[in-house]
Amino acid sequence: MKKSRFGPWIAVTIGILYFLLPLLATFEFSLKMKRGIYSFEAYRVVLADPHFQASFTYSTVMALLTIVLGILIIVPTVYWVQLRLPHLRPIIEFITLLPLVIPAIVLVFGYLRMYNSSSWLPLTGSAETTNILLLFAYVTLALPYIYRAVDTGMRAIDVRTLTEAAESLGASSWTILIKIVLPNVRVAVLSGAFLTFAIVIGEFTIASLLDRPVFGTYLQLMGANRAYEPSALAIIAFAVTWAAMVLMQVVGRDRRAAKPAH
Amino acid sequence: MAYLELKSIKKSFGLTQVVKSFDLAVDKGEFVSFLGPSGCGKTTVLRMIAGFETASSGTIEVDGQEISHLPPAKRKIGMVFQAYALFPNMTVAQNVGFGLKLAGIPAEETRVRVAEMLEMIKLPHLGDRYPYQLSGGQQQRVALARALAVRPKILLLDEPLSALDAKIRVSLREEIRALQREMGITTIFVTHDQEEALSISDRIVVMHEGIADQIGTPFEIYNTPKTKFAASFVGTLNLLEATVVDPGLSRLSIDGHEVTSTSPITAPVGAKCTVALRPEAVVIGPAHSSDRNQMVGTAEEISFLGAVVRVRVRFGDHAVSIDTFNDPNTPPPLRGTHVAVTFRREDLLVLESSGTNPPAGAATARRHEMA
Repeated sequence: MKKSRFGPWIAVTIGILYFLLPLLATFEFSLKMKRGIYSFEAYRVVLADPHFQASFTYSTVMALLTIVLGILIIVPTVYWVQLRLPHLRPIIEFITLLPLVIPAIVLVFGYLRMYNSSSWLPLTGSAETTNILLLFAYVTLALPYIYRAVDTGMRAIDVRTLTEAAESLGASSWTILIKIVLPNVRVAVLSGAFLTFAIVIGEFTIASLLDRPVFGTYLQLMGANRAYEPSALAIIAFAVTWAAMVLMQVVGRDRRAAKPAH
Repeated sequence: MAYLELKSIKKSFGLTQVVKSFDLAVDKGEFVSFLGPSGCGKTTVLRMIAGFETASSGTIEVDGQEISHLPPAKRKIGMVFQAYALFPNMTVAQNVGFGLKLAGIPAEETRVRVAEMLEMIKLPHLGDRYPYQLSGGQQQRVALARALAVRPKILLLDEPLSALDAKIRVSLREEIRALQREMGITTIFVTHDQEEALSISDRIVVMHEGIADQIGTPFEIYNTPKTKFAASFVGTLNLLEATVVDPGLSRLSIDGHEVTSTSPITAPVGAKCTVALRPEAVVIGPAHSSDRNQMVGTAEEISFLGAVVRVRVRFGDHAVSIDTFNDPNTPPPLRGTHVAVTFRREDLLVLESSGTNPPAGAATARRHEMA
């Protein structure tokens, strides 16, 4: 008996409408700044605002630094766990899952308690050190995403045999990591990086409580005081996030899959 | 003096001793195969030579120099892996030149050496390809070229042909042997495939439960196995239970037939022992000389294998497989008929007890491919 496709189509349509309608409504509203006509005036105002530029630049720099630091910490860790300490894998996996379980608000209160200006390591004492604390917090937030992406990438390439092959040719551990392992998990690392970028660009809780001028706090400030600009900002934030996701998909398509071996 | 010398090598993983006590001396330019079933310790010994595992005790010397304490990168020992292990991010030429670059060889010399190696493995036109664009056989040839490019002191091959199909396996093993002879490189080859080991080795080390069961040339291993395990693992073999009749004259009784061996017998009269007989050593038809042993039984099964006809003849409790060439003028016996079979005294091997039992439930042990 041929099954009806009507049911699945209804479900998919409802799903699409559920996600797209609010977005379309927001977009439509963002175009209504000028009375009676649709225009990109709200976008022009937002993009011309020096606070937007400053906060967006700040978040972008933070995201890039988070990616770099995250990769520097996680890639060698995953490599050594896979190669020499496989029995530690469950512990490492548990640690990397913690940021998903512990709410950001709890994390930041913990930081404030540990690193406040009267503590033994007063990282909140100045703007520069608070930036460092925020960076560390973002690396922690990104941990589950980068770790999982890199771990999956490394499991796919038989790290142990490649390492042994390189060792037998005279390569040091550092050379193996830089010239063999890293290029072969490039796609996985980039996937983790784009995901991290999307998360950091939209992060609000930690930055707000640490009083740093990130894009998220700017978005909140505009939302509290303006009508049309917040909608434009929401659409811009969506666009940035989606761009990161699309890039992730693009690099995730393995170039090797395109050409079969013969 | 031996070029590669392993002295009293032992290796344990936790409480499990995988290599019990391993001694081996390999001459320069020799091709030695480690042959044995899975878990016999052959790959562990190879990995200890490469430096990927550390021996629990014992020493490894190459050209008179102790290398046991050296990391793999300092040993100058090339290795080819079962899974090829080519670097996926590098082209064929970059793979082959990787070791040369690390050794600080100038770019121009590296380029020339890489071209030579690619020429040697008959893939001179594939230098710009990536590993994923090559077939399994091509990948393994590139892996071989990469290992040989740095001119290592010793070449280790860890089941390099296992992942390839049968036809490629045969041609590649011949290529490996030809290259090894041409370069004169001391080579250790690990395999569980007896045909591979027999066909390309100068010597074979038959390994069993962490020890070298027997070390010898392929001819010696096949024709005069020293242990029950070596006899049963290499080739097709009839293992028969015999009773000692006269140890001084090496006379035995098999299912009521008195036979004579040239192997010395130390067991007393009436003792049980295991004897081995190769299928191709047995001839169907009555004995024409008193030097040959003769037994009479019933043709139980006849298998036509093309060039070879395999006949199973039953004598009481035992059945013996006999391989004869297919001769159109001499048809094989009919099933159920009485047949006389004969074999030379030298071909009846009395095996020393190695503490292992012959394969359960079968008088014929066949080991061509073991996982």
